[in-house]
Amino acid sequence: MSEFTIKDKVAIAGLGETTYYKRGAAPVSEFRLALEAIQRAADDAGLPVTAIDGIASYANDRNDSVRVATALGLPELRFTNMFWGGGGGGGSGAIGNAAAAIVAGFATCVVVYRALAQGQFGRFGATPAMRAISGPIAYTWPYGMSTPAQWIALRTRRFMHDHHISQDPLAAIAMACYHHAQSNPRAIMYGRPLTRAAYDESRWIVEPFHLYDCCLENDGAAAVIVTSAERARDLKQKPAYVMASAQGSDFRQGAAAENGPDYATSNFKTLVPRLYAMAGIEPKDVDVAQVYENFTGAVMTSIVEHGFCHPDEVMDFCTFENLTAPSGKLPINTSGGNLAECYMHGLELVIEAARQVRGTSTCQVKDAEISMVVSGPMVAPVSDLILRR
Amino acid sequence: MAIESKTYLPAGMPAPEAMREGLDREFWEAAKRHELVVQKCNSCGTFQFGPEWICHKCHTLDVGWHRVSGRGRVYSWERVWHPAHPALKSACPYIVVVVELPDAGNVRMVGNLLGDPRREVNFDAPVEAVFEDHPEGYTLIQWQLTNR
Repeated sequence: MSEFTIKDKVAIAGLGETTYYKRGAAPVSEFRLALEAIQRAADDAGLPVTAIDGIASYANDRNDSVRVATALGLPELRFTNMFWGGGGGGGSGAIGNAAAAIVAGFATCVVVYRALAQGQFGRFGATPAMRAISGPIAYTWPYGMSTPAQWIALRTRRFMHDHHISQDPLAAIAMACYHHAQSNPRAIMYGRPLTRAAYDESRWIVEPFHLYDCCLENDGAAAVIVTSAERARDLKQKPAYVMASAQGSDFRQGAAAENGPDYATSNFKTLVPRLYAMAGIEPKDVDVAQVYENFTGAVMTSIVEHGFCHPDEVMDFCTFENLTAPSGKLPINTSGGNLAECYMHGLELVIEAARQVRGTSTCQVKDAEISMVVSGPMVAPVSDLILRR
Repeated sequence: MAIESKTYLPAGMPAPEAMREGLDREFWEAAKRHELVVQKCNSCGTFQFGPEWICHKCHTLDVGWHRVSGRGRVYSWERVWHPAHPALKSACPYIVVVVELPDAGNVRMVGNLLGDPRREVNFDAPVEAVFEDHPEGYTLIQWQLTNR
């Protein structure tokens, strides 16, 4: 094992969430939601909020670290960090960065948070009515290709073509997420099960994505307390130890106008070997995975790129039975995830991964020991996290 | 008075402008002349699109533009039903294609496939560039199926 690793040195010690709201329905400001989630995470860990001495986030979170530290009266801010990239690619990476800061001695207790109030600030899925545009977006927006759904659909289509894949795996992924949400009272889609017929009859957003292949957009906030493994052992909750985290992007995946040379990829091919090497495990050792669902197609390609099945085995592997708790081969998104629990930009997936390790999920995988989070698919950069009991 | 639209998508879509720094000015200027150009390294001949200030292969800063035939093949495609932009409210469905250009190192371009938006499209179908002039003074590169 490399001398330079975060493996087993750090743990997730506290989890905090506000109520999750429908898009635009948060009764208070985004900043206040962030503060509430952070306080709840500290309470959950059994730490005073003033124990926090580091802040990490991602996706250009609007709630500035120094403003947060000021509002909370943190006595000493030792580390602030923002993971690059605007999508869900940084959910695991922000935890990895927090872990790295702790191992490096920059900070002792880092909070990772993400807060969203789209009523206050506008939507992700809509394209602003700008007139003049230039740079990379000028090669796509004038053609009505301007949203993540649209570029991820193009890449998914190519993957489905190359590997003879029907709509079935996409439907299975959506139905697995909705199925898990039915056991989770916190979930936005709690009490709203999804049948295959309802999936098939739902409107197209962009082929091959029906409405139910697309993530929600929600208001709320989530926060995670990361500290040393040693300290976590003395705190209130069972620690979720960080086995590994990895982040990055493959060759030229930032090329404009769909010019990433490897096209139909979720962008994990160079990352995954580093991830498993740090954790010292293989795909078969993973008990449960939270795979960021911006769109079901990118979940499918992520499952492949993390070694759970070969591209030509997707039709057999990505079935409702295999993807659901408690006994599927690879239960995914056991809280309902971005499709059915809440779109908290994937930080709710990190929280669910930690719950699986604690044994407190509403769709608990029996004796879950190794719990994975996949953040980002088909954006750049992306990141991953592996937690263990 | 009804004005017949000659463009694939309605008026009011975002209008492309060359980057102020000049990196892609020749691409948009060439389109106005109804020529398709792709960035090409003057040193090692590598094609790049979108353009970059440096060749990603040999790292020279000496990159230029190369006129290509405008013939390509469909690398991927999609039919869009949800209007993400206000100008598209009554324009759905429409088809977006990713076209690969074999005579330019297989770089890709995004455009619309002209014609019936409800048609099925074959992967690798041959297409050719169509220059779509807009009243605001810019030209988009669109694609149509061809037999060649």
